[in-house]
Amino acid sequence: MTETKRMNMIQALNSALDVKMGQDEDVLVFGEDVGYFGGVFRVTEGLQAKHGLKRCFDAPLTEGGIIGSAIGMAAYGLKPVPEIQFADYILPAYDQLVSEAARLRYRSNGEFSAPVTVRTPYGGGIFGGQTHSQSPEAIFAHVTGLKTVIPSNPYDAKGLLIASIECEDPVIFLEPKRLYNGPFYGRPDEELKTWANSGLATADVPVGHYEVPLGRASLVREGSEVTVLAYGTMVHVAEAGIADAGVDAELIDLRSIVPLDIDAITASVRKTGRCVILHEASRFGGFGGELSALVQERCFDYLRAPIERVAGYDMPYPHAFEWDYFPGPIRLAEAIKAAVEYR
Amino acid sequence: MPQEDARVTKSNLPRLELHIPEPPSRPDTEVSFAHVNRGEAGAVRRPDIAEHESNMRDLPYELIRVLDDDDRAVGPWDPKLAPETLIKGLRAMVLTRAFDDRLFRAHRQGKTSFYMKSTGEEAISAAQSMALDKGDMFFPTYRAMAWLHARNYPLTTLCNQIFSNAEDPLAGKQLPILHSAREYDFYSISGNLGVRFVHAVGWAMASAYKNDTKISLAYVGDGTTAEGDFHEAMTFAAAYRAPTILCVTNNQYAISSFAGFAAPERLPFAAKALAYGFPGIKVDGNDFLAVWGATQWAAERARTNNGPTLIEFYTYRAEGHSTSDDPSAYRPKDEAKHWPLGDPVERLKDHLIALGAWDEERHAALEAELKEKVKIAVKEAEAIGTLGQSKPPIEEMFEDVFAEKDWRLKEQLRELKRRRAGDSAAGEGA
Ligand SMILES: Cc1ncc(C[n+]2csc(CCOP(=O)(O)OP(=O)(O)O)c2C)c(N)n1
Repeated sequence: MTETKRMNMIQALNSALDVKMGQDEDVLVFGEDVGYFGGVFRVTEGLQAKHGLKRCFDAPLTEGGIIGSAIGMAAYGLKPVPEIQFADYILPAYDQLVSEAARLRYRSNGEFSAPVTVRTPYGGGIFGGQTHSQSPEAIFAHVTGLKTVIPSNPYDAKGLLIASIECEDPVIFLEPKRLYNGPFYGRPDEELKTWANSGLATADVPVGHYEVPLGRASLVREGSEVTVLAYGTMVHVAEAGIADAGVDAELIDLRSIVPLDIDAITASVRKTGRCVILHEASRFGGFGGELSALVQERCFDYLRAPIERVAGYDMPYPHAFEWDYFPGPIRLAEAIKAAVEYR
Repeated sequence: MPQEDARVTKSNLPRLELHIPEPPSRPDTEVSFAHVNRGEAGAVRRPDIAEHESNMRDLPYELIRVLDDDDRAVGPWDPKLAPETLIKGLRAMVLTRAFDDRLFRAHRQGKTSFYMKSTGEEAISAAQSMALDKGDMFFPTYRAMAWLHARNYPLTTLCNQIFSNAEDPLAGKQLPILHSAREYDFYSISGNLGVRFVHAVGWAMASAYKNDTKISLAYVGDGTTAEGDFHEAMTFAAAYRAPTILCVTNNQYAISSFAGFAAPERLPFAAKALAYGFPGIKVDGNDFLAVWGATQWAAERARTNNGPTLIEFYTYRAEGHSTSDDPSAYRPKDEAKHWPLGDPVERLKDHLIALGAWDEERHAALEAELKEKVKIAVKEAEAIGTLGQSKPPIEEMFEDVFAEKDWRLKEQLRELKRRRAGDSAAGEGA
């Protein structure tokens, strides 16, 4: 029997880092405020005290420098796990990620590579306004050579982070900060539950080493009438929306968007004949567009309704209008009903 | 409201004027290098490697030179190398020049899409290649091929890369001369400037983290110092006292823009180190011995946990920026001839002659020998194929995007192969 503990997502991520640092001296963690202080979200708490100053340390406030130096470390042979404090602030490092980390292996024909795991909290629903709420997954999905991983619960968070650190490719690891402390169903007026008292099995996290493989989606809810594709915070919102719609929907948590579990998606849509895609990022050019195109190409003969996309509106993430912007369960339920009632 | 009016119009002040830097000379003016202060060879002091940074703040404003106008090696920065070592260095530089000339012509003949010469700058990467140890990692720019020539990188392989042919070590994935040669401690080059300056710092941090003994070396051009990456690398190098040598190859130009856009004309790039709290030195980049001596000093500092050094190599880009550039459009045609620090090959040659270890005949023979060597290498590579005549296997195109191909790449490879098979079948039918 593997020993498990009730953990929230922060503890699960912390545990993943702790396990990997314990196993492999080449794993090191750094970023703004991650060292002595333990990170603004406490994900790296205690790691410096336990593993030493040189294994988990603070970095100058320069995202380009953090990712650039991590690439150099990885080229040397280390397994750096840098943190970008908010995904909104990853853009100063975008050149490093796109032009360097993603292409180093390709352009050197395998001589050098950059297996860096970039952890960064993303997503809204926390009154973060324009620069503490963004969901930038689509701008990474378009970059050949990068993997992009997004957990939705403590169990997956730890297993996926371990798998990402062990992966030989650079990984953008987006952590839904709205889910750090407990599941969130997209109803801000509802009383919040912590992961510990959520009643969810996904908060039972093995204390030791395990992996959740990249590129494999998880079937959150089996259903026959419509397939809902979601990831991150939106997995829980989707559960609420499905319940509201009162439809027998199948819910797939993609977990990694690159590599994408295309087989799980096509199998489900071919079964249900309908597909609704849900993400928090703004709609135009969002990852939902890619998903929609793939489903259309691969499930055309099976589709009984147009593919629906429910997403953030095409604007910067607003502050006061957060819950109007946020694609919550009501909007999802409408889309599900539209798909099911089509013709 | 009279009060407000008084705030708005300070009528006795002149109007503001925007300053746009202009180079000292243009195609239609006289060459002017009046701003270049050569100083005196051998005159700059060489502090102890453990000296505190605060006692070395005069250094970036002086030009470290070893070879004087009488071709002698003078002063404390003379690395005192054996003549055989100097001849090796000379050989690497002459080879670089011969290779550049031949491959530049290969571009004109349509054998490759692109080429860049490092004429006038050969001493820098040749000396550093020899001065550093095997295992120290070099993060080069595209103008540092003398590093590979000094380490006898196979010329044919270099040509194969430039021709993107079936034997291209980078399998046709990368632009000509954006090389990668791990075995030669030569990091993968890419097209976007500056970005790898920080990699060198991270690499050096990793070496220190592992209690290794290796150091890193990195280049940016004068123009590229204006990129944020320069600041990021300097900040990281300083904070973690990384065992690295960060170098600015100041060849006075970034394509058509003179160095005055990246730093005010009378401020040495080396002085930028002062703001970061580690030493900066300015070195005659056309002086093989000065480059070597300075590199040795910086390497010793790095190897003994005394931290990073910024070296500005003061030099001149004697030829066009690349095969796509005509410098006579923005600077006087004969400017290179007037460069006050001369030509690095000639200066080392003259020094060896002054030592009695070399003569014009041997030099001419060396040039002929290396020209022939390059010719043979180019022929060998041409036999495999030049651009478009020969290609690596198409499967290679899909390799190394990731460690393992995902379903997209597998499908796309299948699709491409199917189309190719269809094409050739159709071709046969016609
Ligand atoms: C980020 C980026 N911006 C612009 C370019 C286009 N470019 C290529 S070389 C060059 C000039 C570089 O000048 P410098 O750094 O002085 O080096 P040099 O070519 O003189 O050795 C420019 C602008 C580029 N490759 N990358």
